[in-house]
Amino acid sequence: MKMSTRNLVIRSIASALAVVLLVGAGSLVFAKAKDKGERVISIKVKRFEYSPKEITLKKGVPVVLELKSLDVPHGFNLPDLGVRADVLPGLTARVRIVPTQTGRFVFHCDIFCGTGHEELEGAIVVKE
Amino acid sequence: MAAHINRRDFLRLAGLGGVVFASGLGYSASAATSKGGNLEEFYWVQLSDTHWGFEGPPVNPDAKGTLRKAVQEVNRLPHKPDFVVFTGDLTHTTDDPAERRKRMTEFRDIVAELDVRMVKFMPGEHDAALDRGKAFREFFGEPSYAFEHKGIHFIVLDNVSDPAAMIGDVQLAWLKAHLAKLDKDARIVVFTHRPLFDLYPQWDWATRDGAKAVELLMPFANVTVFYGHIHQEHHQMTGHIAHHAAKSLIFPLPAPGSAPKRQPIPWNAAEPYKGLGFRSVEAAAESPSKYELTEYPVSKA
Repeated sequence: MKMSTRNLVIRSIASALAVVLLVGAGSLVFAKAKDKGERVISIKVKRFEYSPKEITLKKGVPVVLELKSLDVPHGFNLPDLGVRADVLPGLTARVRIVPTQTGRFVFHCDIFCGTGHEELEGAIVVKE
Repeated sequence: MAAHINRRDFLRLAGLGGVVFASGLGYSASAATSKGGNLEEFYWVQLSDTHWGFEGPPVNPDAKGTLRKAVQEVNRLPHKPDFVVFTGDLTHTTDDPAERRKRMTEFRDIVAELDVRMVKFMPGEHDAALDRGKAFREFFGEPSYAFEHKGIHFIVLDNVSDPAAMIGDVQLAWLKAHLAKLDKDARIVVFTHRPLFDLYPQWDWATRDGAKAVELLMPFANVTVFYGHIHQEHHQMTGHIAHHAAKSLIFPLPAPGSAPKRQPIPWNAAEPYKGLGFRSVEAAAESPSKYELTEYPVSKA
């Protein structure tokens, strides 16, 4: 019961934020985003750091996050926005986010990548 | 039976609070077991997240002594458990394969002192995620398996050897085929490392495809899950299935979402070993979905 409530809250937040995850069609996402003039933010991932670690977004303004691994497989998991992607060496993962709620939302690596794995995290800060 | 009564009396006299969890919804006490026989009382001990090899005096200045103390505590129990199970993260992770094996060797030597007939192991991500369980297999055998004991069907699920923290389609297919052989009222206990439900995904306290395992288990009336990973006692229901997380034997972690970060709770010299411990689980004879859990602290001695 408790879990259902939490899941409901997470789902509601994710829904409210109107997040669109389009990793498989990354190139298409990127092309469309470029056509629309949407901001593309590049994030580099390595053991055990996201760079940049904190990203500030404006409420209601869509962006595309472009993620690349510099070493081993990593994950990008942003549960509050219902977004996750594999970030594999040699490939580019892209996720589109339309933030519709202000706040600080933590993302983390969910593919075990070594001794500092549990410290590999960052945050999206959404402002008015 | 006499031994059982004595054990309960001991718990009462020792002031160790037993907690009874009935995960069923009034199922008949005469329900069939997985073998269709009568229910039998016995108990086992669950130890978890020992993280052998961890070093961090501000978190646990007795990192090399805590596991040994727990082993001694188990050996001092007035009645021997039928078995001991370790629910993962036996060792603390290391990028060095030789060091990983050294830690597993040391861990194995320490727990060999347990005075019990049977010890069951499963990996945590610290043991298995960096080499997909290779070293774990060398020391402790397969990371997922099943066994019967006194009318209970135990299933060990591996949700850590895949570094993406997934059970995986192969293991899920095995689980499905395995469950197909059991009666719907079989008494089933699942051991696993990570929670099978989304306890707190923001701290990676979940199993990405855990819901698929829960879905497979849901048609069975008497299922209980025991796991580790979150370094604290925690109890939750998914439908009629109870999930019980165990304390760690190296450092406690904050309650889900109660702190800005998932960081170990610092050692408190005024209350050493606070938040650490192990538990016993007694399978009740009167109901196939009833277990009595007793939490034991780590003593200073």
